[in-house]
Amino acid sequence: MSNRYEMRFAGSGGQGVILASVIIAEAAVISGVKAVQSQAYGPEARGGVSKAETVISRDQIWYSKVTKPNFLLALTQASLDKYSTELAEGAIVMMDDSLKAPEYLDAARVISIPILETAKTKVGKAFTANIVAVGAINRALQLFEGKELMEGVKRHIPAGTEEINEKALNEGAALISDKQAAAFKQSIG
Amino acid sequence: MSKAVLMQGNEAVVEGAIAAGFRFFAGYPITPSTEIAEQSALRLPQVGGKFIQMEDEIASIAAVLGASAAGMKAMTATSGPGFSLMQENIGYGVMAEIPCVIVDVQRAGPSTGLATSPAQGDYMQAKWGTHGDHPVIAISPASVLECYTLIIRAFNLSEKYRTPVIFLMDEIVGHMREGVELPNPNDLIINPRKMSFHDGANKQCYYVPEGEFIPAMKPFGQGERYNITGLAHDESGFPVNSNEIADKLVTRLLEKVEKNVDKICRIEEYAMDDAETAIVCFGGTTRAVMSAVLKARAEGKKVGMFRPITVWPFPEAQLRERLPQLKKILMVEHNHGQMLQEVQRTVGGKLPVDFLGCVDGTVISPDAILNKLNEMEGKRHAK
Repeated sequence: MSNRYEMRFAGSGGQGVILASVIIAEAAVISGVKAVQSQAYGPEARGGVSKAETVISRDQIWYSKVTKPNFLLALTQASLDKYSTELAEGAIVMMDDSLKAPEYLDAARVISIPILETAKTKVGKAFTANIVAVGAINRALQLFEGKELMEGVKRHIPAGTEEINEKALNEGAALISDKQAAAFKQSIG
Repeated sequence: MSKAVLMQGNEAVVEGAIAAGFRFFAGYPITPSTEIAEQSALRLPQVGGKFIQMEDEIASIAAVLGASAAGMKAMTATSGPGFSLMQENIGYGVMAEIPCVIVDVQRAGPSTGLATSPAQGDYMQAKWGTHGDHPVIAISPASVLECYTLIIRAFNLSEKYRTPVIFLMDEIVGHMREGVELPNPNDLIINPRKMSFHDGANKQCYYVPEGEFIPAMKPFGQGERYNITGLAHDESGFPVNSNEIADKLVTRLLEKVEKNVDKICRIEEYAMDDAETAIVCFGGTTRAVMSAVLKARAEGKKVGMFRPITVWPFPEAQLRERLPQLKKILMVEHNHGQMLQEVQRTVGGKLPVDFLGCVDGTVISPDAILNKLNEMEGKRHAK
Protein backbone atom coordinates (compact mmCIF):
# COMPACT_ATOMS: atom_id res chain seq x y z
CA MET A 1 0.00 0.00 0.00
CA SER A 2 1.25 3.49 -0.74
CA ASN A 3 1.18 5.72 2.30
CA ARG A 4 -2.32 6.87 1.44
CA TYR A 5 -5.06 4.34 0.59
CA GLU A 6 -8.24 5.99 -0.61
CA MET A 7 -11.57 4.17 -0.46
CA ARG A 8 -14.92 5.32 -1.78
CA PHE A 9 -18.28 3.79 -0.90
CA ALA A 10 -21.23 4.70 -3.10
CA GLY A 11 -24.87 3.77 -3.29
CA SER A 12 -28.33 5.09 -2.73
CA GLY A 13 -29.22 7.03 0.44
CA GLY A 14 -30.42 4.53 3.07
CA GLN A 15 -28.25 1.60 1.90
CA GLY A 16 -25.76 2.28 4.67
CA VAL A 17 -22.67 3.05 2.60
CA ILE A 18 -21.72 5.80 5.05
CA LEU A 19 -21.84 3.31 7.93
CA ALA A 20 -19.73 0.87 5.88
CA SER A 21 -17.06 3.54 5.46
CA VAL A 22 -17.26 4.45 9.16
CA ILE A 23 -16.75 0.80 10.18
CA ILE A 24 -13.71 0.46 7.92
CA ALA A 25 -12.28 3.65 9.44
CA GLU A 26 -13.05 2.44 12.97
CA ALA A 27 -11.34 -0.90 12.30
CA ALA A 28 -8.33 0.99 10.96
CA VAL A 29 -8.09 3.09 14.12
CA ILE A 30 -8.50 -0.02 16.28
CA SER A 31 -5.69 -1.72 14.34
CA GLY A 32 -3.43 1.26 15.00
CA VAL A 33 -3.31 3.01 11.63
CA LYS A 34 -4.59 6.49 10.85
CA ALA A 35 -7.98 6.96 9.26
CA VAL A 36 -10.14 9.88 8.21
CA GLN A 37 -13.74 9.37 7.13
CA SER A 38 -16.13 11.79 5.47
CA GLN A 39 -19.22 11.77 3.29
CA ALA A 40 -21.29 13.69 0.81
CA TYR A 41 -25.00 13.27 0.41
CA GLY A 42 -28.09 15.17 -0.66
CA PRO A 43 -30.73 16.62 1.67
CA GLU A 44 -33.01 13.57 1.38
CA ALA A 45 -32.91 10.77 3.99
CA ARG A 46 -33.63 8.05 1.39
CA GLY A 47 -32.66 7.88 -2.26
CA GLY A 48 -30.28 10.10 -4.18
CA VAL A 49 -26.63 9.21 -4.64
CA SER A 50 -24.81 8.80 -1.35
CA LYS A 51 -21.03 8.82 -1.22
CA ALA A 52 -18.73 8.11 1.69
CA GLU A 53 -14.96 8.10 1.85
CA THR A 54 -12.28 6.63 4.07
CA VAL A 55 -8.60 7.42 3.79
CA ILE A 56 -6.20 5.04 5.55
CA SER A 57 -2.50 5.70 6.12
CA ARG A 58 0.39 4.99 8.43
CA ASP A 59 1.20 8.71 8.26
CA GLN A 60 -0.74 11.78 9.39
CA ILE A 61 -3.64 12.35 7.01
CA TRP A 62 -4.14 16.01 6.13
CA TYR A 63 -6.50 16.37 3.18
CA SER A 64 -9.55 14.41 4.29
CA LYS A 65 -11.20 13.80 0.92
CA VAL A 66 -10.66 11.14 -1.70
CA THR A 67 -9.46 12.38 -5.09
CA LYS A 68 -8.42 9.18 -6.91
CA PRO A 69 -9.80 6.17 -5.05
CA ASN A 70 -7.76 2.97 -4.88
CA PHE A 71 -10.96 1.14 -4.04
CA LEU A 72 -14.60 1.71 -5.00
CA LEU A 73 -17.68 -0.03 -3.63
CA ALA A 74 -20.82 0.58 -5.69
CA LEU A 75 -24.25 -0.71 -4.75
CA THR A 76 -26.34 1.02 -7.44
CA GLN A 77 -25.90 1.44 -11.20
CA ALA A 78 -26.08 5.24 -10.89
CA SER A 79 -23.27 5.34 -8.33
CA LEU A 80 -21.16 2.83 -10.30
CA ASP A 81 -21.51 4.84 -13.51
CA LYS A 82 -20.79 8.10 -11.73
CA TYR A 83 -17.74 7.12 -9.69
CA SER A 84 -16.05 4.45 -11.83
CA THR A 85 -14.79 7.20 -14.14
CA GLU A 86 -12.46 8.70 -11.54
CA LEU A 87 -10.24 5.92 -10.21
CA ALA A 88 -6.57 5.60 -9.35
CA GLU A 89 -4.48 3.37 -11.60
CA GLY A 90 -5.00 -0.26 -10.67
CA ALA A 91 -8.00 0.54 -8.49
CA ILE A 92 -10.22 -2.29 -7.35
CA VAL A 93 -13.97 -1.98 -7.96
CA MET A 94 -16.40 -4.02 -5.89
CA MET A 95 -19.95 -3.98 -7.22
CA ASP A 96 -23.20 -5.77 -6.70
CA ASP A 97 -23.58 -8.41 -9.39
CA SER A 98 -27.00 -7.05 -10.36
CA LEU A 99 -25.18 -4.08 -11.91
CA LYS A 100 -23.59 -3.84 -15.32
CA ALA A 101 -19.88 -3.01 -15.25
CA PRO A 102 -18.92 -0.23 -17.65
CA GLU A 103 -16.78 -1.56 -20.51
CA TYR A 104 -13.85 0.74 -19.77
CA LEU A 105 -13.21 -0.98 -16.42
CA ASP A 106 -10.42 -3.57 -16.27
CA ALA A 107 -12.35 -6.82 -15.69
CA ALA A 108 -9.41 -8.26 -13.78
CA ARG A 109 -9.82 -5.52 -11.16
CA VAL A 110 -13.59 -5.87 -10.78
CA ILE A 111 -15.15 -7.93 -8.01
CA SER A 112 -18.78 -8.54 -8.96
CA ILE A 113 -20.60 -10.34 -6.14
CA PRO A 114 -24.22 -10.75 -4.95
CA ILE A 115 -24.08 -8.36 -1.97
CA LEU A 116 -27.74 -7.31 -1.94
CA GLU A 117 -29.07 -10.82 -2.61
CA THR A 118 -26.86 -12.35 0.10
CA ALA A 119 -28.14 -9.85 2.66
CA LYS A 120 -31.74 -10.58 1.70
CA THR A 121 -31.69 -14.36 1.45
CA LYS A 122 -28.64 -15.75 3.30
CA VAL A 123 -28.55 -13.27 6.19
CA GLY A 124 -32.29 -12.73 6.00
CA LYS A 125 -32.29 -8.93 6.31
CA ALA A 126 -31.85 -6.68 3.27
CA PHE A 127 -30.55 -3.83 5.47
CA THR A 128 -27.42 -5.82 6.34
CA ALA A 129 -26.10 -5.35 2.78
CA ASN A 130 -23.58 -2.77 3.97
CA ILE A 131 -22.17 -5.19 6.54
CA VAL A 132 -22.06 -7.98 3.95
CA ALA A 133 -20.05 -5.56 1.81
CA VAL A 134 -17.69 -4.76 4.70
CA GLY A 135 -17.08 -8.49 5.22
CA ALA A 136 -16.34 -8.96 1.53
CA ILE A 137 -14.07 -5.90 1.40
CA ASN A 138 -11.95 -7.05 4.29
CA ARG A 139 -11.69 -10.61 2.95
CA ALA A 140 -10.58 -9.29 -0.45
CA LEU A 141 -8.21 -6.54 0.69
CA GLN A 142 -7.18 -8.19 4.01
CA LEU A 143 -6.81 -4.88 5.75
CA PHE A 144 -7.61 -5.89 9.34
CA GLU A 145 -7.76 -8.86 11.68
CA GLY A 146 -11.23 -10.39 11.97
CA LYS A 147 -11.58 -9.34 15.62
CA GLU A 148 -10.55 -5.75 14.81
CA LEU A 149 -13.22 -5.59 12.15
CA MET A 150 -15.89 -7.11 14.40
CA GLU A 151 -14.99 -4.61 17.15
CA GLY A 152 -15.36 -1.84 14.56
CA VAL A 153 -18.81 -3.17 13.66
CA LYS A 154 -19.86 -3.50 17.32
CA ARG A 155 -19.08 0.16 18.04
CA HIS A 156 -21.61 1.25 15.43
CA ILE A 157 -24.58 -1.10 15.68
CA PRO A 158 -27.46 -1.24 18.16
CA ALA A 159 -26.90 -3.59 21.11
CA GLY A 160 -28.52 -6.96 20.50
CA THR A 161 -27.79 -7.05 16.78
CA GLU A 162 -24.25 -8.45 17.11
CA GLU A 163 -25.24 -11.94 15.97
CA ILE A 164 -26.92 -10.96 12.73
CA ASN A 165 -24.14 -8.51 11.91
CA GLU A 166 -21.47 -11.11 12.54
CA LYS A 167 -23.40 -13.44 10.23
CA ALA A 168 -23.51 -10.68 7.60
CA LEU A 169 -19.73 -10.18 7.90
CA ASN A 170 -19.11 -13.89 7.47
CA GLU A 171 -21.50 -14.25 4.54
CA GLY A 172 -19.80 -11.28 2.91
CA ALA A 173 -16.35 -12.82 3.39
CA ALA A 174 -17.62 -16.08 1.89
CA LEU A 175 -18.40 -14.28 -1.37
CA ILE A 176 -14.67 -13.83 -1.99
CA SER A 177 -12.71 -16.76 -3.38
CA ASP A 178 -9.21 -17.63 -2.16
CA LYS A 179 -7.94 -16.69 -5.61
CA GLN A 180 -9.51 -13.22 -5.33
CA ALA A 181 -8.17 -12.78 -1.80
CA ALA A 182 -4.67 -13.62 -3.02
CA ALA A 183 -4.97 -11.24 -5.97
CA PHE A 184 -6.34 -8.20 -4.15
CA LYS A 185 -4.51 -8.30 -0.82
CA GLN A 186 -3.22 -4.88 0.28
CA SER A 187 -0.43 -4.39 2.76
CA ILE A 188 -0.64 -1.38 5.01
CA GLY A 189 2.52 0.67 5.22
CA MET B 1 -5.34 -2.46 20.19
CA SER B 2 -4.86 1.29 19.92
CA LYS B 3 -6.26 3.64 22.55
CA ALA B 4 -7.54 5.99 19.85
CA VAL B 5 -11.23 6.08 19.03
CA LEU B 6 -12.91 7.14 15.83
CA MET B 7 -14.86 10.30 16.54
CA GLN B 8 -16.75 12.86 14.50
CA GLY B 9 -15.96 16.57 14.86
CA ASN B 10 -19.48 17.34 16.02
CA GLU B 11 -19.32 14.61 18.67
CA ALA B 12 -15.94 15.83 19.91
CA VAL B 13 -17.44 19.30 20.41
CA VAL B 14 -19.99 17.88 22.86
CA GLU B 15 -17.43 15.77 24.73
CA GLY B 16 -15.03 18.70 25.04
CA ALA B 17 -17.82 21.04 26.11
CA ILE B 18 -18.90 18.63 28.84
CA ALA B 19 -15.31 18.48 30.05
CA ALA B 20 -15.39 22.31 30.18
CA GLY B 21 -18.47 22.23 32.40
CA PHE B 22 -21.18 22.62 29.75
CA ARG B 23 -24.50 21.51 31.29
CA PHE B 24 -27.23 23.25 29.26
CA PHE B 25 -28.07 23.01 25.59
CA ALA B 26 -30.97 24.66 23.82
CA GLY B 27 -31.12 24.43 20.07
CA TYR B 28 -32.96 23.65 16.89
CA PRO B 29 -31.27 20.90 14.86
CA ILE B 30 -29.93 21.91 11.45
CA THR B 31 -27.53 20.20 9.04
CA PRO B 32 -24.53 20.06 9.36
CA SER B 33 -24.67 20.75 13.11
CA THR B 34 -27.40 18.23 14.01
CA GLU B 35 -25.08 15.69 15.65
CA ILE B 36 -24.18 18.29 18.29
CA ALA B 37 -27.84 18.48 19.34
CA GLU B 38 -28.21 14.69 19.15
CA GLN B 39 -25.10 14.02 21.21
CA SER B 40 -26.03 16.72 23.74
CA ALA B 41 -29.48 15.14 24.13
CA LEU B 42 -27.81 11.82 24.84
CA ARG B 43 -24.94 12.99 27.03
CA LEU B 44 -26.26 15.92 29.09
CA PRO B 45 -28.79 13.90 31.13
CA GLN B 46 -25.96 11.47 31.96
CA VAL B 47 -23.98 14.27 33.64
CA GLY B 48 -26.88 16.05 35.35
CA GLY B 49 -27.36 18.58 32.57
CA LYS B 50 -30.39 19.72 30.59
CA PHE B 51 -31.19 19.49 26.90
CA ILE B 52 -34.08 21.40 25.34
CA GLN B 53 -35.12 21.42 21.71
CA MET B 54 -36.64 24.85 21.17
CA GLU B 55 -39.13 26.02 18.55
CA ASP B 56 -36.48 27.94 16.61
CA GLU B 57 -33.03 29.46 16.85
CA ILE B 58 -34.20 32.77 18.32
CA ALA B 59 -35.70 30.92 21.26
CA SER B 60 -32.62 28.69 21.45
CA ILE B 61 -30.13 31.49 22.00
CA ALA B 62 -32.57 33.19 24.40
CA ALA B 63 -32.79 30.01 26.49
CA VAL B 64 -29.01 29.66 26.45
CA LEU B 65 -28.56 33.23 27.72
CA GLY B 66 -31.16 32.65 30.43
CA ALA B 67 -29.56 29.42 31.58
CA SER B 68 -26.12 31.03 31.66
CA ALA B 69 -27.37 34.05 33.64
CA ALA B 70 -28.83 31.58 36.13
CA GLY B 71 -25.42 29.97 36.54
CA MET B 72 -25.01 27.18 33.98
CA LYS B 73 -22.38 26.86 31.30
CA ALA B 74 -24.54 26.88 28.20
CA MET B 75 -24.11 26.23 24.47
CA THR B 76 -26.17 26.13 21.31
CA ALA B 77 -25.26 24.81 17.86
CA THR B 78 -26.55 25.80 14.47
CA SER B 79 -25.63 26.54 10.86
CA GLY B 80 -25.92 29.64 8.66
CA PRO B 81 -29.72 30.07 8.55
CA GLY B 82 -30.01 29.59 12.32
CA PHE B 83 -26.93 31.70 12.99
CA SER B 84 -28.67 34.56 11.18
CA LEU B 85 -31.71 34.21 13.44
CA MET B 86 -29.54 34.26 16.55
CA GLN B 87 -27.76 37.50 15.78
CA GLU B 88 -30.01 39.88 17.71
CA ASN B 89 -29.67 37.92 20.93
CA ILE B 90 -25.94 37.42 20.48
CA GLY B 91 -25.72 41.21 20.73
CA TYR B 92 -27.88 41.04 23.84
CA GLY B 93 -25.43 38.55 25.34
CA VAL B 94 -22.55 40.89 24.56
CA MET B 95 -24.29 43.92 26.07
CA ALA B 96 -25.56 42.09 29.17
CA GLU B 97 -22.20 40.26 29.47
CA ILE B 98 -23.59 36.76 29.56
CA PRO B 99 -21.05 34.04 28.79
CA CYS B 100 -22.09 31.28 26.38
CA VAL B 101 -20.79 29.40 23.35
CA ILE B 102 -22.50 29.50 19.95
CA VAL B 103 -21.35 26.80 17.54
CA ASP B 104 -21.86 27.59 13.85
CA VAL B 105 -21.09 24.62 11.61
CA GLN B 106 -20.96 26.52 8.34
CA ARG B 107 -22.65 25.23 5.21
CA ALA B 108 -22.97 26.66 1.73
CA GLY B 109 -25.22 29.73 1.62
CA PRO B 110 -26.63 32.28 1.26
CA SER B 111 -30.06 31.51 2.72
CA THR B 112 -30.73 27.75 2.96
CA GLY B 113 -28.14 27.28 0.17
CA LEU B 114 -26.70 23.79 -0.19
CA ALA B 115 -27.78 22.24 3.09
CA THR B 116 -25.23 19.43 3.25
CA SER B 117 -22.22 21.10 1.62
CA PRO B 118 -19.29 22.87 3.24
CA ALA B 119 -18.48 26.59 3.16
CA GLN B 120 -16.86 29.29 5.27
CA GLY B 121 -19.15 32.11 4.26
CA ASP B 122 -20.12 33.12 7.81
CA TYR B 123 -16.67 34.47 8.70
CA MET B 124 -17.64 38.14 8.43
CA GLN B 125 -21.07 37.43 9.91
CA ALA B 126 -19.42 36.02 13.04
CA LYS B 127 -17.91 39.47 13.59
CA TRP B 128 -20.51 41.78 12.13
CA GLY B 129 -23.75 39.78 12.25
CA THR B 130 -25.12 41.58 15.26
CA HIS B 131 -25.49 45.34 15.15
CA GLY B 132 -23.56 48.00 16.96
CA ASP B 133 -19.92 48.17 18.00
CA HIS B 134 -19.17 45.07 19.98
CA PRO B 135 -16.31 42.69 20.77
CA VAL B 136 -16.27 39.22 19.21
CA ILE B 137 -14.15 36.21 19.99
CA ALA B 138 -14.37 33.43 17.40
CA ILE B 139 -12.33 30.23 17.23
CA SER B 140 -12.07 27.82 14.31
CA PRO B 141 -10.95 24.17 14.67
CA ALA B 142 -9.19 22.18 11.91
CA SER B 143 -9.32 18.65 13.32
CA VAL B 144 -11.49 16.40 15.45
CA LEU B 145 -9.04 16.69 18.33
CA GLU B 146 -9.22 20.48 18.10
CA CYS B 147 -13.02 20.31 18.22
CA TYR B 148 -12.46 18.86 21.69
CA THR B 149 -9.59 21.02 22.91
CA LEU B 150 -10.69 24.33 21.40
CA ILE B 151 -14.31 24.14 22.54
CA ILE B 152 -12.86 24.00 26.06
CA ARG B 153 -10.92 27.15 25.25
CA ALA B 154 -14.10 28.74 23.87
CA PHE B 155 -15.86 28.14 27.20
CA ASN B 156 -12.85 29.39 29.14
CA LEU B 157 -12.62 32.62 27.14
CA SER B 158 -16.36 33.12 27.36
CA GLU B 159 -16.28 32.83 31.15
CA LYS B 160 -13.12 34.88 31.54
CA TYR B 161 -14.33 37.80 29.44
CA ARG B 162 -18.06 37.41 30.15
CA THR B 163 -18.99 37.43 26.52
CA PRO B 164 -20.53 35.03 23.97
CA VAL B 165 -17.85 33.13 22.02
CA ILE B 166 -18.46 31.91 18.48
CA PHE B 167 -17.09 28.44 17.67
CA LEU B 168 -16.80 28.79 13.91
CA MET B 169 -16.72 25.31 12.41
CA ASP B 170 -17.43 24.11 8.90
CA GLU B 171 -19.02 20.98 7.43
CA ILE B 172 -15.56 19.63 6.57
CA VAL B 173 -14.53 19.35 10.21
CA GLY B 174 -18.01 18.89 11.74
CA HIS B 175 -18.79 15.79 9.69
CA MET B 176 -15.26 14.42 9.49
CA ARG B 177 -14.35 11.39 11.56
CA GLU B 178 -10.81 10.62 12.58
CA GLY B 179 -8.99 8.63 15.19
CA VAL B 180 -8.34 10.68 18.32
CA GLU B 181 -6.81 10.09 21.71
CA LEU B 182 -8.58 12.49 24.01
CA PRO B 183 -6.50 14.27 26.66
CA ASN B 184 -6.58 13.08 30.25
CA PRO B 185 -9.33 15.10 32.02
CA ASN B 186 -6.84 15.87 34.82
CA ASP B 187 -4.63 17.72 32.34
CA LEU B 188 -7.36 20.12 31.27
CA ILE B 189 -7.51 23.72 32.42
CA ILE B 190 -11.09 24.78 33.11
CA ASN B 191 -11.90 28.38 34.03
CA PRO B 192 -14.57 28.54 36.69
CA ARG B 193 -16.97 31.47 36.48
CA LYS B 194 -15.88 34.54 38.47
CA MET B 195 -18.80 35.05 40.83
CA SER B 196 -19.70 37.77 43.31
CA PHE B 197 -21.99 37.17 46.25
CA HIS B 198 -23.09 40.55 47.55
CA ASP B 199 -20.24 40.97 49.97
CA GLY B 200 -21.06 44.45 51.22
CA ALA B 201 -18.68 46.69 49.27
CA ASN B 202 -19.66 45.11 45.97
CA LYS B 203 -23.44 45.52 45.77
CA GLN B 204 -23.85 46.60 42.17
CA CYS B 205 -24.27 43.71 39.75
CA TYR B 206 -22.05 45.31 37.07
CA TYR B 207 -19.54 46.79 39.51
CA VAL B 208 -16.07 46.87 37.95
CA PRO B 209 -13.14 47.51 40.29
CA GLU B 210 -10.72 50.24 39.24
CA GLY B 211 -8.23 49.01 36.62
CA GLU B 212 -10.30 45.95 35.71
CA PHE B 213 -12.53 45.32 32.74
CA ILE B 214 -14.82 42.51 33.76
CA PRO B 215 -17.42 42.53 36.52
CA ALA B 216 -17.79 39.35 38.58
CA MET B 217 -21.12 37.69 37.89
CA LYS B 218 -23.95 37.61 40.40
CA PRO B 219 -26.01 34.45 40.26
CA PHE B 220 -29.35 35.49 38.79
CA GLY B 221 -32.36 34.14 40.66
CA GLN B 222 -30.49 33.58 43.91
CA GLY B 223 -30.26 36.17 46.67
CA GLU B 224 -30.68 39.78 45.74
CA ARG B 225 -32.72 40.68 42.64
CA TYR B 226 -31.12 42.59 39.83
CA ASN B 227 -31.86 43.76 36.33
CA ILE B 228 -30.47 42.48 33.03
CA THR B 229 -31.06 44.52 29.89
CA GLY B 230 -29.78 45.09 26.38
CA LEU B 231 -30.22 48.83 26.89
CA ALA B 232 -27.26 50.92 27.91
CA HIS B 233 -27.08 50.49 31.67
CA ASP B 234 -25.14 51.58 34.70
CA GLU B 235 -23.49 49.35 37.27
CA SER B 236 -26.87 48.59 38.86
CA GLY B 237 -27.98 46.96 35.61
CA PHE B 238 -30.86 49.42 35.09
CA PRO B 239 -31.17 51.35 31.81
CA VAL B 240 -29.90 54.90 31.67
CA ASN B 241 -30.14 57.40 28.85
CA SER B 242 -26.74 58.89 29.54
CA ASN B 243 -24.22 59.39 26.73
CA GLU B 244 -21.42 59.39 29.24
CA ILE B 245 -22.42 56.08 30.83
CA ALA B 246 -23.13 54.51 27.43
CA ASP B 247 -19.67 55.56 26.22
CA LYS B 248 -18.01 54.14 29.31
CA LEU B 249 -19.94 50.86 28.99
CA VAL B 250 -19.39 50.23 25.27
CA THR B 251 -15.73 51.26 25.51
CA ARG B 252 -15.23 48.83 28.38
CA LEU B 253 -16.97 46.02 26.47
CA LEU B 254 -14.67 46.59 23.48
CA GLU B 255 -11.57 46.91 25.63
CA LYS B 256 -12.25 43.58 27.34
CA VAL B 257 -11.11 41.99 24.08
CA GLU B 258 -8.93 44.74 22.56
CA LYS B 259 -6.69 45.03 25.62
CA ASN B 260 -6.29 41.26 25.84
CA VAL B 261 -5.78 40.52 22.17
CA ASP B 262 -2.32 38.95 22.79
CA LYS B 263 -3.83 36.47 25.21
CA ILE B 264 -6.83 35.71 23.02
CA CYS B 265 -5.21 35.44 19.57
CA ARG B 266 -3.68 32.09 18.75
CA ILE B 267 -2.22 30.91 15.49
CA GLU B 268 -0.65 27.79 14.04
CA GLU B 269 2.27 27.97 11.62
CA TYR B 270 3.91 25.27 9.53
CA ALA B 271 7.20 25.61 7.65
CA MET B 272 7.12 29.39 8.06
CA ASP B 273 10.72 29.89 9.26
CA ASP B 274 12.20 30.33 5.77
CA ALA B 275 8.95 30.69 3.83
CA GLU B 276 8.74 33.26 1.05
CA THR B 277 5.11 32.44 0.27
CA ALA B 278 2.59 32.12 3.08
CA ILE B 279 -0.71 30.35 2.53
CA VAL B 280 -3.24 31.76 4.98
CA CYS B 281 -6.24 29.58 5.84
CA PHE B 282 -8.52 28.60 8.71
CA GLY B 283 -10.79 25.74 9.82
CA GLY B 284 -11.33 22.77 7.51
CA THR B 285 -9.45 24.42 4.63
CA THR B 286 -6.26 23.87 6.63
CA ARG B 287 -6.33 20.18 5.71
CA ALA B 288 -5.94 20.77 1.98
CA VAL B 289 -3.44 23.58 2.57
CA MET B 290 -1.23 21.33 4.72
CA SER B 291 -1.21 18.65 2.00
CA ALA B 292 -0.34 21.31 -0.57
CA VAL B 293 2.45 22.82 1.55
CA LEU B 294 4.02 19.37 2.10
CA LYS B 295 3.96 18.71 -1.67
CA ALA B 296 5.33 22.18 -2.48
CA ARG B 297 8.13 21.72 0.06
CA ALA B 298 8.97 18.33 -1.49
CA GLU B 299 9.46 20.23 -4.76
CA GLY B 300 11.79 22.65 -3.00
CA LYS B 301 9.39 25.59 -2.91
CA LYS B 302 9.64 27.90 0.09
CA VAL B 303 5.98 27.77 1.06
CA GLY B 304 4.56 27.85 4.57
CA MET B 305 1.18 27.84 6.25
CA PHE B 306 -0.16 30.59 8.51
CA ARG B 307 -3.42 29.71 10.20
CA PRO B 308 -5.43 31.86 12.59
CA ILE B 309 -6.93 29.56 15.24
CA THR B 310 -8.55 32.58 16.84
CA VAL B 311 -10.25 34.00 13.74
CA TRP B 312 -11.73 37.00 15.60
CA PRO B 313 -10.03 39.15 16.61
CA PHE B 314 -7.92 38.56 13.50
CA PRO B 315 -4.32 37.88 14.64
CA GLU B 316 -2.89 40.80 12.71
CA ALA B 317 0.17 41.29 14.95
CA GLN B 318 1.33 37.72 14.31
CA LEU B 319 0.84 38.05 10.56
CA ARG B 320 2.55 41.46 10.48
CA GLU B 321 5.61 39.91 12.13
CA ARG B 322 6.01 37.57 9.14
CA LEU B 323 5.69 40.24 6.44
CA PRO B 324 9.38 41.24 6.15
CA GLN B 325 10.45 37.71 5.10
CA LEU B 326 7.57 37.14 2.67
CA LYS B 327 7.35 37.82 -1.05
CA LYS B 328 3.67 36.98 -1.43
CA ILE B 329 0.60 35.65 0.32
CA LEU B 330 -2.11 33.29 -0.89
CA MET B 331 -5.40 33.31 1.01
CA VAL B 332 -7.39 30.08 0.64
CA GLU B 333 -10.91 29.91 2.06
CA HIS B 334 -14.29 28.41 1.15
CA ASN B 335 -16.00 31.69 0.37
CA HIS B 336 -15.70 34.62 -2.04
CA GLY B 337 -12.95 36.39 -0.08
CA GLN B 338 -13.77 37.25 3.53
CA MET B 339 -10.70 36.66 5.69
CA LEU B 340 -8.93 37.95 2.57
CA GLN B 341 -10.10 41.43 3.57
CA GLU B 342 -8.47 41.12 6.99
CA VAL B 343 -5.26 39.86 5.40
CA GLN B 344 -5.23 42.73 2.88
CA ARG B 345 -5.89 45.23 5.67
CA THR B 346 -2.99 43.80 7.68
CA VAL B 347 -0.62 43.67 4.70
CA GLY B 348 -1.55 47.22 3.74
CA GLY B 349 -0.38 46.87 0.12
CA LYS B 350 3.18 45.91 1.09
CA LEU B 351 2.93 42.50 -0.63
CA PRO B 352 0.83 40.95 -3.38
CA VAL B 353 -2.06 38.99 -1.85
CA ASP B 354 -3.61 36.37 -4.11
CA PHE B 355 -6.83 34.49 -3.47
CA LEU B 356 -8.28 31.02 -4.00
CA GLY B 357 -11.87 30.46 -2.91
CA CYS B 358 -15.02 28.63 -3.87
CA VAL B 359 -18.76 29.10 -3.38
CA ASP B 360 -20.06 25.95 -5.10
CA GLY B 361 -20.21 23.67 -2.05
CA THR B 362 -17.20 21.56 -3.06
CA VAL B 363 -13.96 21.19 -1.12
CA ILE B 364 -10.82 22.92 -2.41
CA SER B 365 -8.22 20.23 -3.20
CA PRO B 366 -4.45 20.31 -2.60
CA ASP B 367 -3.96 20.16 -6.38
CA ALA B 368 -6.07 23.29 -6.88
CA ILE B 369 -3.84 25.08 -4.36
CA LEU B 370 -0.64 23.83 -6.05
CA ASN B 371 -1.98 24.97 -9.44
CA LYS B 372 -2.70 28.38 -7.97
CA LEU B 373 0.85 28.59 -6.58
CA ASN B 374 2.26 27.70 -10.01
CA GLU B 375 0.02 30.27 -11.65
CA MET B 376 1.28 32.94 -9.20
CA GLU B 377 4.85 31.87 -9.94
CA GLY B 378 4.19 32.28 -13.68
CA LYS B 379 2.73 35.71 -13.14
CA ARG B 380 5.77 36.78 -11.16
CA HIS B 381 8.23 35.54 -13.77
CA ALA B 382 6.31 37.25 -16.55
CA LYS B 383 6.80 40.63 -14.95
